[in-house]
Amino acid sequence: MNESLLRELVPAVIGVLVRRGADFASAEDAVQEALIRALETWPDDPPRDPKAWLVAAAWRKFIDATRAETSRRGREFAVDVEPPAGEVSATDDTLRLYFLCAHPTLPESSAVALTLRAVGGLTTRQIATAYLIPEATMAQRISRAKRKIAGLPLDQLGDLPTVLRVLYLAFNEGYSGDVDLAAEAIRLTRQLVALSDEPEVTGLLALMLLHHARRESRTGLGGQLVPLAEQDRSRWDTTLIAEGVTVLQAALARDWLGEYQAQAAIAALHADATSADETDWVQIVEWYDELLRITGSPVVRLNRAVAVGEADGPQAGLAALAGVSPDLPRFAAVRAHLCERAGDLERAAELYAEASRAATSVPERDHLTRQAARVRGLASD
Amino acid sequence: MKYLLLKHYRGAPASVNDVPMDRWTPEEVDAHVQYMSDFAKRLQATGEFVDSQALTPNGAWVRSDGEGRTPVTDGPFAETKDLIAGWMIIDVESWERAVELAGELSAAPGADGKPIHEWLEVRPFLTETSKFTE
Repeated sequence: MNESLLRELVPAVIGVLVRRGADFASAEDAVQEALIRALETWPDDPPRDPKAWLVAAAWRKFIDATRAETSRRGREFAVDVEPPAGEVSATDDTLRLYFLCAHPTLPESSAVALTLRAVGGLTTRQIATAYLIPEATMAQRISRAKRKIAGLPLDQLGDLPTVLRVLYLAFNEGYSGDVDLAAEAIRLTRQLVALSDEPEVTGLLALMLLHHARRESRTGLGGQLVPLAEQDRSRWDTTLIAEGVTVLQAALARDWLGEYQAQAAIAALHADATSADETDWVQIVEWYDELLRITGSPVVRLNRAVAVGEADGPQAGLAALAGVSPDLPRFAAVRAHLCERAGDLERAAELYAEASRAATSVPERDHLTRQAARVRGLASD
Repeated sequence: MKYLLLKHYRGAPASVNDVPMDRWTPEEVDAHVQYMSDFAKRLQATGEFVDSQALTPNGAWVRSDGEGRTPVTDGPFAETKDLIAGWMIIDVESWERAVELAGELSAAPGADGKPIHEWLEVRPFLTETSKFTE
């Protein structure tokens, strides 16, 4: 049994404990402990029925913790040790867990961490490593989040946009530890699609699949960032693209457009082009107009200017940039690109250098520095 | 988002309560150390603490002098204007929260038990992974 199959069992096992009378916070702690035990012992001693093993181990941990707690407080031990198993409705339990862990009252970073642990079945250590913070800090972040949602009922659904945002944040984290968070986020979104028939859930899955399909080609030798136009399209994962397009079409057919579907539509148009020159920029601009209508986001307005520059030429792109706030981190980078295409190399080189100072990630900064150097070279020829 | 809170021995603008630590009473030193340790513990409890380190004022500039040769050293840092004393790394939701925490750290008690109000440098980290920019 591999780790990801083990992870899939976690939300259902939490659900079993909660139905047996455990509160969410204690149930989740107990399942985490059982999970760590499973990771240690299963490779040498695999159980015949993994889920039953996890339920039994987690329930034992829960009873132990409750006993320790009650004896410390000198109170009656309140939970039945051998309760009836009850009717299993693991699907509903899991769906509710998504909403609880990504509750709008939680800070985003806590919601992501809690979702990865309780719904994703990752260990605190794996999450801490992925986010490059100490395990103790991550453990505190998670228990604080659980305290904050302690009073909330587990029997109702919450805010879907927050759930989707949390999953997308996890996806964007990529992989820096021993766990591929992008792949985990896809797994969790796929699972959510099976539980909820909202078109935006499907739209988010399509977006993730289409982005993920290009992951290998997005990074060159030495880890440098390769822009879309320069990517080796033969390295794109055609199976993932085909799945992403099918999933997107199913969502769009429901005729209830949302931001993730619109973003996925743009990603699909990129994926559809066999070379950068064949990209249907006119249609991409139309999708950006839709996206802008839905979100009103300044970042969308900025990206739309890039698309306009490709569809109608750099001058049109620069004109579209006029209404965009220059405070956005990538503003200078976009302007640099448009200036270069318009033939203003001196200005482009300066703007690329300015953009590299405004970059928020190492790969982006290095890429923009390289662009500044390249354009400066062209300018002096 | 991770931020570095950087503390200087010298090079930062003057503090409000600008008395060097070696002129404090032992009790004032203890109170200061206690404040710093409580602050770090509190950030551990809120899930925002990443790292905290202090540096001695000693050390030297070092550079390569070519292959097969001993590196050249120059120091101690008599001529250097900036001298870093230590740092704390925090992982917080926003720039505003980073500034709030730096403000609290800057208010650590100094001479006469009064807050130092020293200047701390707050610097955002570059992240390792880049978000999609298509």
